[in-house]
Amino acid sequence: MDKEKPPGIVLTEAQKKRQRERSIAIALALGVLVVLFFAVTIVKGSGVLVRPM
Amino acid sequence: MSIVENHTLTLTPRISEAGVADYIALLKPRVMSLVIFTALVGLMIAPGHFHPVLAFTSILCIAVGAGASGALNMWYDADIDALMSRTAKRPVPAGRVTPQEALAFGLTLSFFSVMTLGILVNWVAGGLLAFTIFFYAVVYTMWLKRFTAQNIVIGGAAGALPPVVAWAAATGSLAVEPILLFLIIFFWTPPHFWALALFRTDDYARANVPMLPVVAGANATRLQILLYTVVLVAIAAAPWPLGYFDAAYGISSLALGAGMLWLAIKVYRNREGAPALRAARQLFGFSILYLFALFAILLLEVVVKAAAPLFW
Repeated sequence: MDKEKPPGIVLTEAQKKRQRERSIAIALALGVLVVLFFAVTIVKGSGVLVRPM
Repeated sequence: MSIVENHTLTLTPRISEAGVADYIALLKPRVMSLVIFTALVGLMIAPGHFHPVLAFTSILCIAVGAGASGALNMWYDADIDALMSRTAKRPVPAGRVTPQEALAFGLTLSFFSVMTLGILVNWVAGGLLAFTIFFYAVVYTMWLKRFTAQNIVIGGAAGALPPVVAWAAATGSLAVEPILLFLIIFFWTPPHFWALALFRTDDYARANVPMLPVVAGANATRLQILLYTVVLVAIAAAPWPLGYFDAAYGISSLALGAGMLWLAIKVYRNREGAPALRAARQLFGFSILYLFALFAILLLEVVVKAAAPLFW
């Protein structure tokens, strides 16, 4: 006899849409952080290892 | 027979429907805009050359740090925000964001803003930003706000620190000029917030927040507003005779200060009914313009000085 798997948590369309929006926002924020670290590394050049107090 | 019957307990996990706009609202964008502006001025008046990429990084981190403080404030204050008409529609009391989500958001942004500023710019600025967030979220929000009528006087230090953080980011140290900017915002905060509290007294009383009009009454608040405004106008003008800022700033500061003082006197004299409420609203509105204009003049001076050699 086939046992049907319980459906688990099923997201509504609104929840899916909001989740997608939040995921994109997090991806963008992480992208900005990566670009920021890259840009500052280029700007500082070898001075990037200097950590002034 | 067992007292506890057999029950099937169904736990339905709460699926968040919070949108990006709700998370942006947690950052208190209007407060953040003033923070960005005052920090920008602190950065621009700092001596020496500061690379634009580092300047952008500093302002971004200060802005995100300020937003993180706002999110932590909304997490902790959700219970009293729900009782006040001004704040009841905020994401947490309105139920669009859970307190746990707001807390996680605030802590994450605090961590990243402080670490990024410290690693990419310098640790004096990073440390000051961490202190600012701590002061606003813990000292002001968790302690002073519900404990004393002097809450916004002492707590105002958090709002006054952004230009100091920005100066530290640009120079790696502190000096008199950022302290003067700090003092201007510090003494501006009480008349600004007490003017608001005068026409929102019922809100604060309902939420049991010991704002000065709730604890000491409206007339005592009006006197305090007037006294703090006198001190504010003097402190805002002082950098001119002391030689830190130019005459253009000094004269504008006195003119704007006369406006603040006039409106504070109106608040002091109009004590009943609609004229009293109108006077408080006028002072609240003008106080925002006053601070913005003072800092805009400083910014303009820097821009004019930088551009002058191109024309003469």
